[in-house]
Amino acid sequence: MSNAIIPLLLDSLASAALIFFAAVGLTLVFSVLRVLNVAHGSLYSIGGYVAASICLFIASRQLNPYLSFLALLFSAVCVAAIFGPLIERGLVRWTYGKSEAVQILITFGLFLILEDLQRVVFGVQSFYEDAPMRLLGTTSVGGVVYLNYQILLIAMALLVVVGLRLLINHTRLGRLITAVVTDREMAQSIGIDTNRIFIVAFSLGVFLAALGGALATPTSGIAPGLGADTMVLAFAVAAIGGLGQIEGAALASLIVGLARVLAIYLVPSLDAVAPYAAMLIVLLIRPYGLFGSVTARRI
Amino acid sequence: MPTIIAAAAVLVIALLPVAAPWLQFVLTLAIAKGFAALGVAVLLRAGLISIGHAMFFAASAYAVAFLARAGVNDLGLLLILSVLGGALVGAVAGSFLVRYRAIFFAMLNLAVSMVFYALCAKLYGVTGGTDGKPVPVPAVFGVVLGEPAFKSVLFYLSLGLMVLVGLAVQRYLNSPLGHALSAVHTNEIRLEYLGIPVWAVLLIAYVVSAALAGLGGAIAGFAIGRVVPDFAFWTASGHLVLIAVLGGIGGVPGAFIGALFLELLHSAAVTVTDSWNLIVGMALIIVIMFMPKGIYGLFARKEATGL
Repeated sequence: MSNAIIPLLLDSLASAALIFFAAVGLTLVFSVLRVLNVAHGSLYSIGGYVAASICLFIASRQLNPYLSFLALLFSAVCVAAIFGPLIERGLVRWTYGKSEAVQILITFGLFLILEDLQRVVFGVQSFYEDAPMRLLGTTSVGGVVYLNYQILLIAMALLVVVGLRLLINHTRLGRLITAVVTDREMAQSIGIDTNRIFIVAFSLGVFLAALGGALATPTSGIAPGLGADTMVLAFAVAAIGGLGQIEGAALASLIVGLARVLAIYLVPSLDAVAPYAAMLIVLLIRPYGLFGSVTARRI
Repeated sequence: MPTIIAAAAVLVIALLPVAAPWLQFVLTLAIAKGFAALGVAVLLRAGLISIGHAMFFAASAYAVAFLARAGVNDLGLLLILSVLGGALVGAVAGSFLVRYRAIFFAMLNLAVSMVFYALCAKLYGVTGGTDGKPVPVPAVFGVVLGEPAFKSVLFYLSLGLMVLVGLAVQRYLNSPLGHALSAVHTNEIRLEYLGIPVWAVLLIAYVVSAALAGLGGAIAGFAIGRVVPDFAFWTASGHLVLIAVLGGIGGVPGAFIGALFLELLHSAAVTVTDSWNLIVGMALIIVIMFMPKGIYGLFARKEATGL
């Protein structure tokens, strides 16, 4: 039994790590901008498409295959640098202070646009490029074979949790972000350029989503519809953890990963139900999520 | 005057399939989605955005498929039962969902509908998995019809229902119960002080909206002849909100105007381009930014409710 459950666990944790990248970006953007970005999943899949394209280019030119690791990171930076400021300045900033219905609808419109743009640019065939995964090879412990790439994914997720915490608690930028999150008006009145903070925070969120998508391509490939699937999973994880909570998102992706393992073990056909069921149960008991604080009902 | 315009519009819709038979399916589907969007619009009046109403749409279509398999073979009975099914699911879900507001309401509706979606897609033995379930052609008052004749009956029945149900919902929205919805949006506490139970107001609205989505789902199931889990996917729910907002939530015609406009535009656009979602997404953003009262807001004389 233990022989079967450990690879399963690793597998679930690796996929949970990928969802975590999308969820933590979503949660970060929500806490700073107070906007729930429904198009976040599309940025995840755009990151994946760009990474896969660059990796395929590297493979076709027979360049050093280790460059593809750099390509994964580079594509996420590119997507963030292009789409982050563009979307925040061009669209999202018009929704500040508007009702949630307006914010959700505007970003849903953006989601539709981005989904079709991907279809136009990258076509409808699926991309598959697993050079980075093959390069890392496998580890065999006690007769069970593990993919090293999956361990890398989990390590990267942990790195992001620690990195974000360090960024927010111990850097000037982090303190500025905290100030804006705590009291936007007060931050503005003491001279913090909130517009700049919004751009930076949004782009950081886009970077994390695109990084998740880029890191996902070697394991699962990328196909149309990934953005929509990722969106709702990221949503579930962010909601379970409490919107705006970084560690909450990390814990929530662990919960979702474990829930899937449990589901695969007990009722294999229901593994896809597990994340949403977990989200429903947590939200019914604590609508503001595990780590979220009680916010006054808007009345 | 508005009555004359509305009557003329219904007449034009009724005559369109005579001129262009292929439009019949498009229009039936548009009316079906219009019902569901109307349900979403009822809740939007209270400031509650549901990204999960496709669940009721799909639940009712599945109910039709199951009932037909169980031997119920009458269009009228199937419609009534499936709408009641939608309302029942709405009452159960609504009883705990209407406690939440704003983003929590949206997220919980999403969670419930995604659980439903995943169950439909995964319980292969019951729901047929992603292949879905066929919806057979039922008898109409005991008369067994061929498929083309049935589709015509379905279209004119939907059109008739659109008028009747539309009038009923109009009455509901103009009643004190309906006005209480806008009041929830403006100031919930004031409503409580006046002695009006907000919970009950919202639960009734939720059940009404679920029943409307259910009616739409049943019609869509009959029109398409198959029900698949994708009916309940979150993007389908998003599309329902989109239709409601595009048409305008100020009045009952808004939802149907939005649905007809989108479906007809879709039929025209697919002949030119594949990037349909691109057009819809841009239209949605433009409508929200520049005409928050939707297309209906352009016609409405009175001050129409916006987002």
